[in-house]
This record gives sequence, C-alpha cells and structure tokens, in this order.
Amino acid sequence: MDLYEYQAKDLFAAHGVPVLPGSVADNPADARAIAEQLGQTVVVKAQVKTGGRGKAGGVKLAENPDETQTKANAILGLDIKGHVVRRVLVTPASDIAEEYYFSFLLDRANRTFLAMASVEGGMDIEEVAATKPEALAKVPVDAIKGVDEAKAKEIVEAANFPAEVRDQVAEVIVKLWETFVAEDATLVEVNPLVRDPQDKIIALDGKVTLDDNAAFRHPEHADLVDIQAEDPLEAKAKAKGLNYVKLDGQVGIIGNGAGLVMSTLDVVAYAGERHNGVKPANFLDIGGGASAEVMANGLDIILNDPDVRSVFVNVFGGITACDAVANGIVKALEILGDEATKPLVVRLDGNNVEEGRRILADANHPLVTVVDTMDNAADKAAELAAAGV
Amino acid sequence: MAIFLTKNSKVIVQGMTGSEGMKHTKRMLASGTNIVGGVNPRKAGQKVDFDGIEVPVFGTVAEAMETTGADVTVIFVPPAFAKSAVIEAIDAGIGLAVVITEGIPVHDSAAFWAHAVATGNKTRIIGPNCPGVISPGQSNAGIIPANITGPGKIGLVSKSGTLTYQMMYELRDFGFSTCVGIGGDPVIGTTHIDALQAFQDDPDTAAIVMIGEIGGDAEERAAAYITEHITKPVVGYVAGFTAPEGKTMGHAGAIVSGSSGTAAAKKEALEAAGVKVGKTPSETAELMREIMRSLG
Repeated sequence: MDLYEYQAKDLFAAHGVPVLPGSVADNPADARAIAEQLGQTVVVKAQVKTGGRGKAGGVKLAENPDETQTKANAILGLDIKGHVVRRVLVTPASDIAEEYYFSFLLDRANRTFLAMASVEGGMDIEEVAATKPEALAKVPVDAIKGVDEAKAKEIVEAANFPAEVRDQVAEVIVKLWETFVAEDATLVEVNPLVRDPQDKIIALDGKVTLDDNAAFRHPEHADLVDIQAEDPLEAKAKAKGLNYVKLDGQVGIIGNGAGLVMSTLDVVAYAGERHNGVKPANFLDIGGGASAEVMANGLDIILNDPDVRSVFVNVFGGITACDAVANGIVKALEILGDEATKPLVVRLDGNNVEEGRRILADANHPLVTVVDTMDNAADKAAELAAAGV
Repeated sequence: MAIFLTKNSKVIVQGMTGSEGMKHTKRMLASGTNIVGGVNPRKAGQKVDFDGIEVPVFGTVAEAMETTGADVTVIFVPPAFAKSAVIEAIDAGIGLAVVITEGIPVHDSAAFWAHAVATGNKTRIIGPNCPGVISPGQSNAGIIPANITGPGKIGLVSKSGTLTYQMMYELRDFGFSTCVGIGGDPVIGTTHIDALQAFQDDPDTAAIVMIGEIGGDAEERAAAYITEHITKPVVGYVAGFTAPEGKTMGHAGAIVSGSSGTAAAKKEALEAAGVKVGKTPSETAELMREIMRSLG
C-alpha cells in the first residue's frame, strides 16, 4: 500500500525523523484555519499518490489565510494523472539551503535492502540515475545487521554529503531505517531531504510503501487505507477476500492462480484484436480452492461491472478438481438467479476435466458456453463481448 | 536423474499437522514421495496416520534429520512463523527447504535469505509462495498435482503455480525431468538462473521451458545468463502484457513499477538471448514440441 505524503510524514514523526508541522484539510475553510494557526507563509500541497504534483499545479505558496483558502480551493478537485485531489496538506514554507535525496528500498535482484542517497535532490531521481549515475550512491544494507550509526556514516560518506551536516544526516538515516523496519515498509523515500539555513536537516516530502503481507502484525495500518479513493468494485472484492483489479475492457475474467489469470488477460487481449478491439475488464484470481461460494462472489463482482459484456471463466483443475469447479459455477448461477444476465464462456482443463464438462453440459444453463482450449475460449468470449450480447 | 529432488530424497514436513500440511502430506505420500517425518514441537513423539502410513512427528528439524536422515523439508507453517521455521531448517543444515507458505512479509524473507547467505548457503531454498518441486515418477515436494504428467526429458522452471500445471498438461505427451515452481514473491531463494544451470548440468534434461511474469528483472538476468552459460534449447513464456502500471497482480512480486518489470522488456531480453518466446501457453508448448521432435 502506498501512503499519502501526510501519512508518510506522520510515520516519520512517530519515529523521530524531523518534519515540519502542518495538517491536512479536505475543504478550503479548514485549510484557511490551519494557515491561521501556523501564522506564517504556508505551502498548500495536493495529497495524491503520484509524482509531478508541482508541474500539475498541485503545490502552491500562500502568504496569508485568505490566500491559503483560495489556493486550496484551486487545488482541491484537480485531476493529477487520473488522481483526484481530495485533501491538501498545509505546512509552513521553509527556507532551503540545499536539497538532498534519500531512500531505503527493497533490492529484489540482490535479495536485500538498498540505501540510495544523493546530494542532488529535489528533482526526479530516475533522471539523476540516468543522466548522472555517479551522483547517486547505492549502498546495500544487510537485512539482519540493518543500519546503525556506523552504517549510516558509511552511506553519508558514499553520497558525499557536506562535512558540516554529515552527523545530522546520519542521525536522520538511522531513524528512517527504524521507520522502514518497524513499519514493514518496502520503500521509504525522502525527496527532498533539506538543509535549512541553520544546518537543520528536515524531511520536506515523504513517500512510503507498506508491505501488505505484513498487515497481520500492523492492525493500525488499516486506518491508513483511503476507502474513498478505491475503485468501488475493488473495494467490494477486497471486503470479500478476492484478489481483483479493475481494468478498462469489456471481457470479465475469472481464473485460478495469479500467473494463469495474467496469461488469460493477455490471451483475451490478443483475441480482442480480431473482435473490435475488446479488452479484459479485470483481473480476478479465485485461488486454488474454488468453492461455489467463492465462484459466486467472483461472478457477482464481475456481473455488477457495467462495462462487462461477456465473462471468461478459465480454470485449470489442479488441487481443486474440475468437477468441483463446475459444481461451483452451476451453484453460483443458481445463487445469482436473474442477476446473471451476461454470457459466460467456460474453459476447464486438468484434473477430472471430463466430469467437469459433463456437469456443465447436464446443467445446460442458457448463458454458459463450454469451449475446449484457452485460446478458443478467449476468442469466443471476445466475440461475444464485441457483439454486445 | 532430475534436479533438486530424486527418488532417494527423504522428505520431512514442517507444519505437517496443520490443515494444509495434512492435506498435502497425504497427497505427497500418494504420489510416492518418501515422507519420513513431520515437525511440530507441541506434538513431538506422536505419530500421524495417513491411510495406513504412519509418519512420526519430531520436535525439531535437527532431531528429524538425525533420526531419519531427511535431506528435504517442505514448509507449510503460517506466515507469522515462517521466518523462524526457515531459519531452523537452515541451522539444522538440511539440503533443500521448499517454502510453500504464501503471504510472508518481505522483511522476513529478506532476513532468512540473509541468514542463509551468512551461514554459507548450505541450504537451497525454493520459494516462498511457490507450489514446490516435482520430479515425476520419483518424488513430489509441495502442492503440484502429481497426476498431470509422467517423467520425460523437459525441465520446467516457473514463477507461477497454475501456469506450471498448464504447461505440464500441454506437454504431457513428452513428460518432464523436474518441474520447479520458484514462486511469485519479490524475494525468493532459488531463481530462474539457479534452475537453468541445474537443468544444464542434468543429463536427463534435454530442453527447458522457462515461465516468467511481470515484476523485477529476474527474466532479464536469466536471459543474460542463458547467452553465457546455457547450451540446451530454452523456450520461454511471459505473463502480464496487459497488466497496468502500479497494480499488484495476485502475486506480491507481480507489479510493473514505472517502466521496469514489464512483460515486453522480458520477452525482448529473452528473444535477444536466442530464446523462442510463445505468445500464449499453447504456442509456447508448440515451440517446445517442435524442439523435442527435432531432438528425436
């Protein structure tokens, strides 16, 4: 889960990383009140989970509470790369002497963590990495040993921070590592990390990604979820424990196993090239144990997607045999009754496939077409979606 | 022969007495796996009956190894306890640990990997979040259905469970030496490269199918490795061409971040290494079929 800047900074503050005061507002009047409390020139910052806020007009300076209200009014509701701004952070404008970059992240290739630091902060770090790689220090961090003062000093030296601030930066790095570990983050990024005219080091912006697999030991992280910003179908699927991602096509997809479902999306997209350019409408993995109830929940989500015109159920019977899956489909259609109105193309293969196909043939449901292979089934589903049946 | 797992493998199961552990131990036994014990400190000394086969439960991995000579462990323990289970297996010095558990926090996987490295990489780790490894007709360590295909000369390495099953099914007329599911997490033990090298060294493997998916750059690194070190024919498949940026597609590691981890880049890298890449699983199987026919 990616966090908003204000949430990231709250976590930073909780772990002793220096940040500026400030509060978040979801309307211009509240933004004004925050500026009044702060009593100085402020920055109004759009809270969206994407980069390039400044360029999109999502970050503005305001000299007084009236101006804060006007600026907040302009920023709230902006669409920044498809993300609608629902909240702004109002925080004091700071004097900046220098801008740096710092992050901890997972290094998948080396199966460890990585510290990245640069004294050329404030800009797109991928650009720094591409155009001036020598300006970006990358220091591997051992997952067990972690980052203590000595390791932090190694990082600070590798990135060539100015001598006057090395100790302060190292201290902040140790606290960022504490945040990274204690919160089970896979990314903690500060860009910019600033030095003010008094040589104080402050995390002026923050980006944090939390590991969803660690949610079981962080019940408090549930409060960080922004339900309002979620796609309603995705939120509904999540509540039912389904692995669902909404896409922008017309062929609903249900399958078992993440790899097979990804593959199904691709095969449907290829088939769509022959049928009016129809595309997959979603990713939905019902997992190994496709019980009737799970199948019904899955079908319910997909049939309620107004964009869906046909559904492709693609199952390889492994641990759960095809006859169980077929029974699941038949029962799911019974449970849904009149709510099921869109054509279903079903492809079953693997364990007990003959029995599975026989169950579907016997049920003889008017909406269900059984097709032998994944490629032909994808073609049929795309054809039905294109016909808009 | 086969890789990683043979008919001589003696297998124990950590978490055998849990519901998943019970279900799959029964299946592994039915497919001929030599299961010599389970591990659960609270049930040490007991025996569990699997349709007439009595499997003893030991308190620790070390004790199970000492008593039975086990050299493989399959781990089914829940995510919260997986890290200590893997570290216990590493400390006991077992040769192979197959970690089936899905949903392990990545800080925990990184920690047990760091521990494996720090202690000299004596234990091969497969997974986590993987279906395991099967050498058809010999042994089955994990949750791969044993009845899909019989033995043959194709080696298979894959990030995905069901795509593994699909490919085994498509090529069941040829059969497989070993199929390895390496798992879909961001941090995994055995990589595509490790399996490719093992298949290269295995006299009973004639050709290799490699299945990848979006996320990370393991496939790109495997492609570079193939160019340098692999002389056996390799056929590839990559899933996730239609995956949107920034969305996790089922597997914790299956995510396109910015411009990195895309299926297109992986396919391109594999093709540049001379690997034929199928557009769909069936086309991939057909490419392999042509190779197997040409090898006779």
